[in-house]
Amino acid sequence: MTSCYVVHEAPVRRVAIFGGTHGNELSGVFLVKHWQENGDEIQRTGLEVRPFITNPRAVKKCTRYIDCDLNRVFDPDNLGRQITEDIPYEVRRAQEINHVFGPKNSNDAYDIIFDLHNTTSNMGGTLILENSRNNFTIQMFHYIKNALAPECCPVFLIEHPNLKYATTRSIAKHPVGVEVGPQPQGVLRADILDKMRKIIKHGLDFVHIFNKGKEFPPCTIEIYKIMEKVDYPRNKNGEITAVIHPSLQDQDWQPLNNGEPIFLTIDGETINYEGDCTVYPTFVNEAAYYEKKQAFVKTVKVKLTAKGIRSSLS
Amino acid sequence: MAASCRLKPLSRVAVCGGTHGNEMSGIYLAKHWLRDPMELQRGSFAVKPFLGNPRAIEKRVRYVGQDLNRTFTTEFLSSAEAEDEPYEVVLAREINQTYGPKGSAQAFDFMFDLHNTTASMGTCLIVDSEESLLPMHMCHYIQMHYTRSPCPVYLYKLPGEETYSINSVAKAGLALELGPQPQQVVRADLFTQMKDLIACALDFIELFNKGTVFPAFEIEAYKITGRMDYPCYPDGEISAMVHLKLQDKDFLPLNPRDPIFQTFSGEEILYEGNTTIYPAFINEAAYYEKKMAFAKMEKHTFSIPGLQRE
Repeated sequence: MTSCYVVHEAPVRRVAIFGGTHGNELSGVFLVKHWQENGDEIQRTGLEVRPFITNPRAVKKCTRYIDCDLNRVFDPDNLGRQITEDIPYEVRRAQEINHVFGPKNSNDAYDIIFDLHNTTSNMGGTLILENSRNNFTIQMFHYIKNALAPECCPVFLIEHPNLKYATTRSIAKHPVGVEVGPQPQGVLRADILDKMRKIIKHGLDFVHIFNKGKEFPPCTIEIYKIMEKVDYPRNKNGEITAVIHPSLQDQDWQPLNNGEPIFLTIDGETINYEGDCTVYPTFVNEAAYYEKKQAFVKTVKVKLTAKGIRSSLS
Repeated sequence: MAASCRLKPLSRVAVCGGTHGNEMSGIYLAKHWLRDPMELQRGSFAVKPFLGNPRAIEKRVRYVGQDLNRTFTTEFLSSAEAEDEPYEVVLAREINQTYGPKGSAQAFDFMFDLHNTTASMGTCLIVDSEESLLPMHMCHYIQMHYTRSPCPVYLYKLPGEETYSINSVAKAGLALELGPQPQQVVRADLFTQMKDLIACALDFIELFNKGTVFPAFEIEAYKITGRMDYPCYPDGEISAMVHLKLQDKDFLPLNPRDPIFQTFSGEEILYEGNTTIYPAFINEAAYYEKKMAFAKMEKHTFSIPGLQRE
C-alpha cells in the first residue's frame, strides 16, 4: 500500500555504535568494549553494526577529553584543517573518524550512528535529535518511545542557529544521540547501562523491521526543543556565586514557571526564574558544563510530525 | 562505672576543603569561609579554613601527582626534598609545617576534612579509630543533634596501619564524607548538610571547651576490615559491574551468597564470605583506578568513656 504521505527511504546497510566520545562516560565505553568481544546482541540480518571507541586516549585516562571536546569538532573547519604537529588530539581524531564513517554530507557516510553518552543530570534515557525534518530518525524515536512505555523517553531537539554543536555522530546520514543519566563521571551503574542497552536494542529492532519492508505511517511525537542556555550567576571575577536550587535539582524535563526557584546563593538566598512562558529545563547541573558556562538548558515542548516511511527496496 | 577522661580544651581548629580537587561541597564551603569567616567563629577557639589541594582544585581533578589524602605518612613527610617529586608530596610537607608537625605538641588541636563520594553514604562521619576519644564524642553529639539524616560512623584505620590522611596532622580529626554526589558537581542539598554538620561539630567543641561533662555512652560504628575488588579480565579491565541489588546499599548488611557483581553478559557473581559484612564506598569513582568496588566493614558497638576538659 502506498500513500502520498509515505517517503521512500534507502534501506539501512551500515550502522555504527560509538562509545567513549567522552572518556569518562562509562556506559558507552563498556557496552562498546563488550560488543567488540561479543557482538551477537547487536547483530541484525542484512545489517553491518560496528561498535567503536571514538576517543581511546580519553577512555584510557578516564577523562572527558585530552585537548578539546571531541563532540564539538565535527564542523567543516576542523574537519578540513591541515594536520600539523600541534593540532589538538581530538581534531586529528575527528578527521580519522570522518574518514572511516563519513565523509560527512557524502553518500558514502554511514547510515546511522548511535552515540552513547552519560550525564550527571537526571535526564533518564534521553534521545537527541539533530534535525527536525529527518523523518527516519523521528520514526525511530517514535518506535523506541513506544517500546519503552510506560517508561519515559524524552526526545531533545538540538536544532538551533547558534546552539547546535558539531557532534561526532553528525557525520552519519541519521545521527542518534543517546544520553542516559544520572550517572557520575567515572562510574558504571548497572541500571543506567541496562537502560542504554534497551534503547539500542529497540533502535536496532526498528532498523531491522524497516529494512524488511514495513511501512511506518505518519507519526507525531512530543519533543523538547532547545531554546537557550542559562549560566550560573557569577561575580566580577567570574566565580560562580550560586548553585542549582534544591527545587530545580533533578527536575530535568519538569515544567519551570515564572517566579520558581532556580539558584541558591552560598549565603542562602534564592534566585527565581523570570520568563514569559513555561520552560522545560534539561542538563540541570551537568558536571561537564561548568566550564561551558551552562547551569541548565531551557527547552520548550513542541509536537513534531514525521511523514510515513518505507524502505525503497520493498 | 568508667572514669571520665579529661582532655585539654581545643584552641586551634582547622577546616579543610578540597583535599580532593573534584569533591565540590568542601571546596565551595572553604572558599565561602575564607571570604566570610564569621559563621565559623565561636567564643572559645579559633577556626582556620583552608583549601587542601589548590592545583587539583584549579584543574577540578582528584589529584595532580598522587592522592594527597594518602601522603601524610612518615615516609613522605620526612623524605628529603627531591627534584621530581609529586606535587602532593611537597604540599603535604607544607601542610604538615603549618598545621603540624604530625605527632608534635605544636600541631593543631583538631582538623575537619570535607569530602564527597559518588557512593550513597549519606552523611558519614569518618574517624581513624574508636580509641580517638574526642572525635568519638563529637560523632555522638552530632548523631544526637543533627537528626535530618542518620550519621553512620566509619572507622578507617586498619590494625597496625599508620594514619595517612590530611587530618592526621592534627592531634585529633574528623572527616565528613557526603554522597552521593558526582565529581565536579555541587548539589545544594549536600552543601547545606555539610555546612550544618560543621556548625553542629563546632557547637560541640564550644560546649566541651566551656566545661560541659559528656557522660560515657555506647555507640554503633562500622570498622573497616578489608576491600572487595572488581573482577577483571587478564588485561586489567574490569569485567563486571556492581550488582543492581548492591548499588546504593552502603551500610546495609551484605550476607553470604548475596549478589555483588553482574557481568556484561548478565551473569551474577555472589558474595563468598562466611559472615555478614557491611559495605561502604560502593561504586566510588575514585576507586576504579585501584579496582576497588567497595570497602568491607564489621558493625561493632563500642563503650566510650565520659569526657570533660582539663
